[in-house]
Amino acid sequence: MAEARAVATLVRPGETVLGRGRKWRSPTLLAGIAILGAIILLAVGAPLFTSYNPVTPHPVQGLLPPSAQHLLGTDQLGRDVWTRLLYGARIDLQVGFLAVLFPFIVGTAIGCLAGYFGGWIDTITMRAVDVILAFPFFVLVIAIVFVIGPGTKSIYIAVTVTDWVSYTWIIRGEILAAKRHEYILAARALGYSRRRIIARHLLPNVITQAIVYSMSDIVFTILTIVTLGYLGLGVPPPTPEWGSMISDGQTFITTNWQLATIPGLAVVITGIGLSLLGDGLADLLRPE
Amino acid sequence: MTDSPLLSVQDLHVEIATRRGTVRAIDGVSFDVGEGETVGLVGESGCGKSMTLRAILGLLPRGGRVTRGRILFRGTDLLSLDKDQLRDVRGRSISIIFQEPMTALNPVMQVGDQIAEGPIAHLGYSKKAARERALELMRQVGIPDPARRFGSYPHELSGGLRQRVMIAIALACEPQLVLCDEPTTALDVTIQDQILKLLLQLQESSQIGLIFVTHDLAVVSQVSRSIAVMYAAQIVETGSVESVFAEPRHPYTLGLLRAVPDFDQVKAMLDSIPGIPPDLVSPPAGCRFRPRCGFAQEDCATGDFPLLEVADDRATACIHWTQCRDSVIADPVIVPGRVPD
Repeated sequence: MAEARAVATLVRPGETVLGRGRKWRSPTLLAGIAILGAIILLAVGAPLFTSYNPVTPHPVQGLLPPSAQHLLGTDQLGRDVWTRLLYGARIDLQVGFLAVLFPFIVGTAIGCLAGYFGGWIDTITMRAVDVILAFPFFVLVIAIVFVIGPGTKSIYIAVTVTDWVSYTWIIRGEILAAKRHEYILAARALGYSRRRIIARHLLPNVITQAIVYSMSDIVFTILTIVTLGYLGLGVPPPTPEWGSMISDGQTFITTNWQLATIPGLAVVITGIGLSLLGDGLADLLRPE
Repeated sequence: MTDSPLLSVQDLHVEIATRRGTVRAIDGVSFDVGEGETVGLVGESGCGKSMTLRAILGLLPRGGRVTRGRILFRGTDLLSLDKDQLRDVRGRSISIIFQEPMTALNPVMQVGDQIAEGPIAHLGYSKKAARERALELMRQVGIPDPARRFGSYPHELSGGLRQRVMIAIALACEPQLVLCDEPTTALDVTIQDQILKLLLQLQESSQIGLIFVTHDLAVVSQVSRSIAVMYAAQIVETGSVESVFAEPRHPYTLGLLRAVPDFDQVKAMLDSIPGIPPDLVSPPAGCRFRPRCGFAQEDCATGDFPLLEVADDRATACIHWTQCRDSVIADPVIVPGRVPD
């Protein structure tokens, strides 16, 4: 408490982020930003860090061990593993972020309506949530992707259809709690429209939980893409993607262990980075 | 139009359905507020003061409804308005100041934006014009350095400043009537005094009507000329503050005044009203104050107790008010005084 007050006096108005910008320097947040920043930098600047093409096969150079030319060796088709790892990051991060963004938006909007209006809107929404939650997540995703056919578009659709319920669940609960607050009564007493109350007064107070959750959700979604890739339902070859790299590489685990292990490690490091970022954001955005 | 009061609450009944049964939260309350006039509504917790304010704004809690009565605001019955019309009245013509500015302000919104929101939502101001208006209001309510404070969040401000922000929000659309729900209760005494003076000064300059709900008799005497004392969902006594305080005509008012500490004369114990207020699910028959009243007689146990006019501008619900008068003559009460300037 005393510490919070001491810090608060150092922060002048205008320097705050979302009203509480004083935990920017937490090691968790900084580590998360650093790890994720490095991965994004490597993904975006992939051509700067490698001179190979990630998809063109060179059959004569297949399964080379790590060397000066090929930092992480080559795969069974002679493609540079380091190169595929970098380009794979592009796909996995992009799909991971977007596949979380859609359910985030849809789920938040539905959660707001259900939580604020209650009644039959809430009942119908929550029954729909129950129905989707009743299915194991992967079974539902795999079924949907199987029906629509592999590819990034199917992944977006499948994840959106199954994952919006998490955000609806979180936001609805938060809204139910927040709308009891006196400032919401005050906003109603001041004659603001329902849209204004939801968008300007409730949402900024409840969105934190959803943002924090979305960080760990990205990790989970990347794992989903990797799993789908592993099962052959993900991004179709020859596009580099970590899941299919792991799946392709496991055949050679005894001779060329790095083929499957390195993309696996990449998933782990990305996951750690996002988790740290999520924790840091949770501290940063947590209400007083 | 000029003759009719700004707000006229007539025979208002509110019931709230709860699990324990139907609570008769307001039971036949009537009062008028004129333009530029202040009416103090006093009573202990749960007597229906705040519920009256919420009924005026059409913001009764879940399960609550007005079962009888009218709330005329400049001749229009607010109870007959639909949701959109009522929303237009709220904030714009009638506005409210809450007791606890910490909880009544949005914690994640800059206070300047919260002040500017009313003009944007109700008066169609542009963002820039609303900002100007907010800065002007902040100056008006005595917030130092408005340009810098505009970007502050509620938790960065002191209690007094927060309440000034609340007042600025309430005044943003130049309402004709402001409801004050214990606006100074959460503040310490010196800040309380500043806020009351500010409210009075603003009221004088803009001729707004105020309904001032409080349980603090000293505060009422400072801000308002007329007073209505509420007990158990009913108004039991009305009149000007001076005469009600000097010559209470209802045993409940008398009890309240006897409970005010007198610093000139040290008493071993403060007088208090014995017992607790009745349960509003099943209020006692007859006079509701009877179980706690020292003057109660047999005829208090049955029937209704409407307000009786006992003098010019004075009314009481007590049929034995003469005993109350005699008691005061025998032992005068200490009038909770105005805070000297």
